[in-house]
This record gives sequence, structure tokens and C-alpha cells, in this order.
Amino acid sequence: MREFWRRYRMNRAAVGGLVVVVLIAALAVVGPFVHDVDPFEMMGRPYSPPFGEFLLGTDVSGRDILAGIIRGAPVSLLIGVVASLAATLIGVALGAVAGYYGGFIDDALMRTTEFFLTIPSFILAVVIVAIFSPTVVTITAAIAAVSWPSVARLVRGEFIAQREREYVQASRAIGMPDWEIILLQILPNALAPVIVVSTLMVATAILTESGLSFLGLGDPNHVSWGYMIGVARTALRVAWWMTAIPGLMIVIAVIAINLAGEGLNDALNPKLRER
Amino acid sequence: MSALLSVRDLSVHFPTRQGVVRAVEEVSFDIEAGETVALVGESGSGKSTVAAAIMRIIPSPPGIIAGGEILFEGRDLVKLPESEMRQVRGSRVAMIFQDPMMALNPVHSIGAQIVEALMLHTALSRRQALDRAVELLELVRVPAPATRVRQYPHNLSGGMRQRAMIAMALACDPRLLVADEPTTALDVTIQAQVLELIGELQARLGMAVLLITHDLGVVGEIADRVVVMYGGRKVEEGRVEEVFRAPLHPYARGLMRVSDWEGGTGLALPEIPGTVPSPFAMPAGCSFAPRCDVAIEACASRKPLLVVRGPARSAECLLLEDPPR
Repeated sequence: MREFWRRYRMNRAAVGGLVVVVLIAALAVVGPFVHDVDPFEMMGRPYSPPFGEFLLGTDVSGRDILAGIIRGAPVSLLIGVVASLAATLIGVALGAVAGYYGGFIDDALMRTTEFFLTIPSFILAVVIVAIFSPTVVTITAAIAAVSWPSVARLVRGEFIAQREREYVQASRAIGMPDWEIILLQILPNALAPVIVVSTLMVATAILTESGLSFLGLGDPNHVSWGYMIGVARTALRVAWWMTAIPGLMIVIAVIAINLAGEGLNDALNPKLRER
Repeated sequence: MSALLSVRDLSVHFPTRQGVVRAVEEVSFDIEAGETVALVGESGSGKSTVAAAIMRIIPSPPGIIAGGEILFEGRDLVKLPESEMRQVRGSRVAMIFQDPMMALNPVHSIGAQIVEALMLHTALSRRQALDRAVELLELVRVPAPATRVRQYPHNLSGGMRQRAMIAMALACDPRLLVADEPTTALDVTIQAQVLELIGELQARLGMAVLLITHDLGVVGEIADRVVVMYGGRKVEEGRVEEVFRAPLHPYARGLMRVSDWEGGTGLALPEIPGTVPSPFAMPAGCSFAPRCDVAIEACASRKPLLVVRGPARSAECLLLEDPPR
């Protein structure tokens, strides 16, 4: 663990990314207490520019943009993390079974996976959310449902590479049942790239959620950064900051998570360990 | 008295797109309780496949046990359902592998892996199993076992890893230990120690050992009987002294010539010309005929029969058949 942290620290960009992620998380947790304003409440004159009465200005309906940014942070982060976790769980389960057993099971599971991969994932997410009414839960589920195939393929590849290794044979030779070999023996050896991919998936999930909200498929009871951009797009030419501020937040969050993920990759990738 | 393990006409095939690879073809041999039998032959002779077949861990697909039976303690392992086979593996028959670095899981400590083996087959609690793991490491003479038990495979030297591997195999007091080239990946100085350890533990625990190796020096040291394999077939079987003193099969004779050679005598190292034939293009007759220095015309066209010369003494060569043709 200490060794891991030492290697992670060598990548300065990754440390920066991690710091930013922690800051955004802090904003999501502490923000509502410091700046307790309802993001759906009309607070002042619409179209006020930033650094006036309101720190980040107001939107087309006179709602406080800073409140929206603060209340949107936990929604974006939570949807991103939970969707990515769910997708990882599904992907690991299917990929492990397919890779370990091979043969017909592998064929069946991988054709299903490829079926999902051939459909543009964002369109599929739109369809799922449109069918089930948009709530935080359905949005999370929709994002997970379109994200798991890449994890499944990755895990399957890792399992195929690991299953011929002698320690797997040795595990079988002491009479270990298959599920124990999969969960306790092979999975820990295959986990490093999975952790990296699911971290990067958090960023993708945040983008997908923003896209859905932008299209009006967000949860109407929760403000989110994508929703704010969607509302402000009609005023793009007169009040650019209304779209730019939440847009910048999305960009910062996604870049920070990507940098942290890259750092994880460097720290966990055994091929780079020798440096 | 029936043998502990009795392999009868075992055939293992690997069907591939280029044709069926007959990795093991009608191999038979017995192992009595407490006995050490060496399975020798060069790379590709099918000896490791025999070991994998006994443990039923041949990767399937692509491999299949195409025929024969493996009688162990009166049960045919080939026909045993997987759930019962799991009970046999590790508790009645255990296996140690060629490369202990590869055969130990890098992410678990040595102790955890021995504990795992114990918990699968005994009713011990985790606490008791850990104590037993320390005892086992002590038994295989790993120094400071209480410390080692918490260490990971990469913290141990090759010899220590193989000892840990042996401790894991011995965890449930097996009746048969299958050792697949246990010393090949080790330094020469360590090899002797590990072999000595196996021999000593065998005498102490009264288990039988199937030793798979291509090192005839090792065979002479610890084996009671030898089974020589070539091209997937058993070509000769006998007591170690008999096979070493008077090998019957030309291939076994070649092996003995090679192993008798001593450096510094000024003589060139004798060798058996050629290599094992491709598994896709096995000769129609005796598979050793193309490399054999005493082959006659008939060898190329007719498979030799197994000629039995006394109890557990046999060879497969046309020249031994009576009358030779």
C-alpha cells in the first residue's frame, strides 16, 4: 500500500487530479451548509452577471447559479460513482464467468456484450431514461446498463490470461471449487486494470448524466450541471456565463477524475513498476 | 494386493484443427502404497499430461481423456463426478508443480494458501489451520516458519517457495504425491535438498510418490521403479536397478548412455539424434524408429507390442518380440 502511494505520488498530474476531486467532493458535502440557498428558488433579477449581487450571477429565471453548482455537485458525483460501481460489478461478474469457463458460456455472454457495444451507448441511455421516468435511480441504472460491456470484455481478457497460469492449476489440484478460484484466486490478480477502467468510467458517467440533463432527461427534483447548461442555452448569446460556469465545472471534474485514473494506471500497472 | 494407483490403458487426446494430438496413448502402470515411481522422458513425451490426467486438471477444452481408467483406492477417477473429484484432490492425491513461483498465487501470503488447502478438506478453524500451517512449514524445514507464514511468494527464494508448495501439498496428509518436475526450476544446489526432503517426508508419512522428471540422476537417487515414456507411449518399465543396468528399449539405452557420460573423459557427449516427432505426424510404426540406431525395416510400418519380462518389467520394441521380425 505504501509502495503504491509512493508510485502514485511520482505522477504530479495525478496528484493534482486527486486534489481537485477531493475539493469537488468537499464542495458537495460542505457547500450546502455554507451557502444554504434553494437552487430552484428565484432569488433576484434574472440575467445578473457574476461578481455582482450574486457571486456567480443568476440564470434566466433569476435563480442563484452558485447554489446550482453546489447542489449539482453531489448529484453528478453520486450518479457517476454509483453508476460506475454498478457497471463494474456487472462487468466483472459476467466477464469472469465468460473468461473462466470459456466455450459456450463465453460465446453466449460475449455475443450479448457485443450486442450492447454495437448500440451507441448514449442513445441507449436516452431510450432507457425516456421509457422509465427520469429519476436519479433510473438515470444511474441507465448509465450502468450502457457502461458494463467494456468492463466485461476487459475482465474476460484478464481471466483468459490468468486461467492457464499454474497457480490456478495448483488451486484446482488442492480441490478448490470454481467459485473460490474465480473470486479469491484469479480476481485479485486481475483487479488492477479494472480499478483503472472503473475510475475513468466515473468521468464518462458524469458526462452522460450531463448530456441527459441537457436534453431535459434529468431528474426534475434535483438540479444538475447538465440541466443548468440546458436551461441556459437559449441565452447563450446574451449571458454566456450561465452555460460557461456549469460547463467549466464538468470539464474540471472530468479532467481531474481522468488524471487520477491515469495515475492509478501508472501506479498499478506492473509493466511500469520497474522504473 | 491391489495397487494404490493403477493407470490402465490411459489415452489423452487434444483434438485440434490440424488433427488429433495423441498426447498419451494406452499408458498403463501401477503405484503401490509408499512406493516412488519415476516417469521419465524428454519434453513432449506426455509425462506431464499423465500427471494432469491423474489429477483430472487437463484443461478441457481442448484436452479429453479419450480412454482407459485411473483406479485410485478402488475408484475410477476418470468416471468420478467433479464434486467427488474435488474431495480427492488435495486430500488423497496432492500435486506439486514445476515452477513454485508460478504455482503460488502472488497476491496471497504463503500461510493463507496453506490455510486454504487445509480448510477445504478439514474441519479446522482458521486459527487452528494457521497453527497447522506453521507446523507444516517447520516440517518442510523452512526456517523461522512463524515469520514466513505471513510472507508472500516474492519474499521467498526458489527453494523456500518449493518447500512452501510441498507444505501445501502435504497439508491434508495425501496418500499419493504427484511431483511434476519439482526440481527443474531450482538451482542445482537446492535441487538435492528438495529431493532429499521429498524422500524423507515420504518415508515418514508413508505416502506414494509419482515423480515426473527428465533428470535420470534424480531417478537413480529416490525412485523405486521407472516408467520410460516416448511419444506418448510407455516404452519401458522396470525396477530402477534393472532399467539402469540393462535397459531393454533402444530409447532407454540411449538415455542411459547419455546419463552415464562423465565430463572430462575426453569423449564426446553421446546423444540420441533427432527430436521427438511432431504430434501431427507420428510415424505409422514405432514412434522411435526414425531415431533408433538398431531399427529394422518392420519398425517403420508396424506398432511394436508390449513385451512383458517378469513382474512389472516390460518394454515395447519389435526386437524384443519373440520371434523378432
